[in-house]
Amino acid sequence: MPIPILMPALSPTMETGKLAKWHVSEGDEIAPGDVIAEIETDKATMEVEAIEEGRIGKLLIDEGAEGVPVNTTIAEVLTDEDEEGASAAPAEPITPVAKEEPKPVPESESAASATPATPVSTPEALPAQTSQSPGEGGKRLPASPLARRMAKANGIPLAGLKGSGPRGRIVKRDIEAALQSGGRTVSDGTKAVGTAAAVGAGLATANKAVGAAKQPAGLDDREIFSLYEEGSYELVPHDNMRRIIADRLTLAKSTIPHFYLSIDCELDELLQARKRMNEAVAADGVRLSVNDFIIKALALALQKVPEANATWSDQGLLKHQRSDVAVAVAVEGGLFTPVVRHADLKTLSEISNEMKDLAHRARSKKLAPHEYQGGTTSISNLGMFDIKQFDAVINPPHASILAVGRGEQRPVVRDGELSVANVMSCTLSCDHRVIDGALGAQLLKAFKTYIEEPVTMLV
Amino acid sequence: MSQSKFDLVVIGAGPGGYVAAIRAAQLGMKTAIVEREHLGGICLNWGCIPTKALLRSAEIYRNMQHAAQYGLSAGKIDFDLEAIVKRSRAVSKQLTGGVGFLMKKNKITVIEGTAKLAGGGAIEVVEKKDGKTSTISSTHIIIATGARARSFPGLEPDGKHIWTYREALVPDTMPKSLLVVGSGAIGIEFASFFNALGAKVTVVEMMDRVMPVEDEEISALARRSFEKQGMTIHTGAKVADLKSDASGVSANITLADGKSSTEKFDRAILAVGIVANTENLGLEKAGVKVEGGNVVIDEFCRTTAKGVYAIGDVAGPPALAHKASHEAIICVEKIAGLEGVHPLDRRNIPGCTYCSPQVASVGLTEAAAKEAGHELKIGKFPYQANGKAIALGETEGMIKTVFDAKTGELLGAHMIGAEVTELIQGYVIGKTLETTEAELMHTIFPHPTLSEMMHESVLAAFDRALHI
Repeated sequence: MPIPILMPALSPTMETGKLAKWHVSEGDEIAPGDVIAEIETDKATMEVEAIEEGRIGKLLIDEGAEGVPVNTTIAEVLTDEDEEGASAAPAEPITPVAKEEPKPVPESESAASATPATPVSTPEALPAQTSQSPGEGGKRLPASPLARRMAKANGIPLAGLKGSGPRGRIVKRDIEAALQSGGRTVSDGTKAVGTAAAVGAGLATANKAVGAAKQPAGLDDREIFSLYEEGSYELVPHDNMRRIIADRLTLAKSTIPHFYLSIDCELDELLQARKRMNEAVAADGVRLSVNDFIIKALALALQKVPEANATWSDQGLLKHQRSDVAVAVAVEGGLFTPVVRHADLKTLSEISNEMKDLAHRARSKKLAPHEYQGGTTSISNLGMFDIKQFDAVINPPHASILAVGRGEQRPVVRDGELSVANVMSCTLSCDHRVIDGALGAQLLKAFKTYIEEPVTMLV
Repeated sequence: MSQSKFDLVVIGAGPGGYVAAIRAAQLGMKTAIVEREHLGGICLNWGCIPTKALLRSAEIYRNMQHAAQYGLSAGKIDFDLEAIVKRSRAVSKQLTGGVGFLMKKNKITVIEGTAKLAGGGAIEVVEKKDGKTSTISSTHIIIATGARARSFPGLEPDGKHIWTYREALVPDTMPKSLLVVGSGAIGIEFASFFNALGAKVTVVEMMDRVMPVEDEEISALARRSFEKQGMTIHTGAKVADLKSDASGVSANITLADGKSSTEKFDRAILAVGIVANTENLGLEKAGVKVEGGNVVIDEFCRTTAKGVYAIGDVAGPPALAHKASHEAIICVEKIAGLEGVHPLDRRNIPGCTYCSPQVASVGLTEAAAKEAGHELKIGKFPYQANGKAIALGETEGMIKTVFDAKTGELLGAHMIGAEVTELIQGYVIGKTLETTEAELMHTIFPHPTLSEMMHESVLAAFDRALHI
């Protein structure tokens, strides 16, 4: 039987990807380690390597195809035993459906963050889920029972469909339309989920419903276009990063109950300490930034207030033991959030060096997925743009994000006397499902203490 | 006319037209409605509503006759035809007044008169009160002029002995013998009414069964019941030479076996279908295409003339008030550019006939489903096995469901028996939501109700019925 090569999930949260380039043609001999294709994910371009030895039977997805759902069969490898029968039954896509998949891994954001760097390899740890539509994973797409059943019978993944019913509900006519159009991506996607061995042995089977995040529909295109005169704008197609940002932040803002806590931190001691430290390590080429202190302070604060270091999941709170701090890095066309892991345990210079490297590679889009996945909180610092204060959107599956404003000289009153101090305003966005007001305040207070008394970070 | 330029003018104030006007007003359109006779159209004045009032009298009369069965005695049981008709008219009047109130509430301009398209969004109206002609204009025009009783050469109403629904609604006398030509919803409801009040009723149907649009099995049950109640039913039969004379009507009836004879009746009711009211509307001049007697429309009720729409009976069958109202909503919302407007799904239009026993259905009959190539699962459950039906003393009837065996889609539901016209909507909702048998099976039906039969019928289709 031909071995299917599946659209790999290059990160636990990857939903779809672009098949940027084929490195092989039909009939090519391949050996393990050969580069087969390039996949453009939400945040990076990755190469797919062959695991099996054999001959490429059929390339099922066109080069340049966008939005290919994870686990779609993209090509088939013929092994020796296939060769004889191959001509008789040329590369009929195999039809194992999800049911036969050994261990369906219920995908959820929380699962992804529980093992951020390691691929999901122990599905037993999670209860098996008997979802009606396996392709959907944890999120249930709105669909009529009849549509659901027809989709299942015809192997059409609901996630790939646009519902025409009320509130985007997928109804019979949508399935009929999909059947009629017989689009390749649709029908191939259906027969997709094959043996995990083919490509995905080490890759998470993350295929959360794409449409789910788009549920709260805004204006549709027709309405939007009708509002602007044709020719008065340039239409720039979305790249993967833009779509992922749109989907995830829409998801965040529509599913996470945000609340915001603001605090002012005085920076004079920190700035002095930083100056002295930088003088001391100048020879080593290290230059600590205020942001390095902020990363360390937030990481330590999470250790001090561990209840706030958590992630919401339906099954329960994931109380994290590590302080993995994601830091937003603006790049052309979007942003990355590389993660400084164990930031509480690292020295400031370690954090500084690591952050420089991550930021540099983020800008050149060379981050590996495990370097920007997971994390237990985030920092977004817009101080360099002279922003005084702002509220950030939580980056799921985190339960908080710290928005950092500019450090500046401000008048402060101490013991009834007016004086001048360097002050930085910070706003913590909290997921109220995880962090209540008082808890968020404790976290922010602990953070402030570390910032204002930087010596305490060193003990 | 104080306001002569409108966003929407609706011609005809029946259940299609007045609903269109209300929805348009809700959506902020400056709306007018032109009505030549009375608000509410046939439905409220000469159709749905007054017949229901008459049939209610018949039903109570029938129940009184069976009082002893329930341990009651009612003394001398009699009726006053004039009072029955009076009540029916009063019911109509009340509802017509209600429509007037709705027009006012929604700030819709009501113009009493006869409208005619004058092309380019102009409408000429001959006003009822003074016969003067004025012209109004509108960006959009909806034709909702309805339909009237059909007649054929040799089968023509005279308004005296040969009635249409109109005379039948206000009978001055209780005919001893009555011929009903046509066994569709209208014919059979009148047959039922007059039969209940003691007329000797003969129904002649051209097709091979009564209520030919219904499922065959339902037709057969209905016929058996009507005959048990004393009606004479001829199917596959024809009436010719219907003649009115001093004493009543004579009709030449040719039966299915080819034998023909002339019979005498006190009265005859013609219920052989309807004709759309497309005349004198200036349709041709306005570029509105009429085909097979009906205005041609697309899935959103647009005619062949830009800005002109048609809804309800005038735009083709089924001639049902709720179909007209639904088209009204679709049409107006599409005009307003609303999102999520979908064409009418004809398989989800329920049909109800208020004869005794009542008949209600939605979707495909068993035969139509078979013809469409579905592999079927059929469920049936009789009234005789339902507790509530027995308690009510209404054990006649059954509920039949038709499913696609592969997808579990509810293709059709067909019901005959007490109160089925109130029950059918359960299946209609199910169909609209696209439930399969699984959700219907999971639904908890209250006990004791007639609706339990709807559940059992679904279970029966999959060999899981509990109470039989």
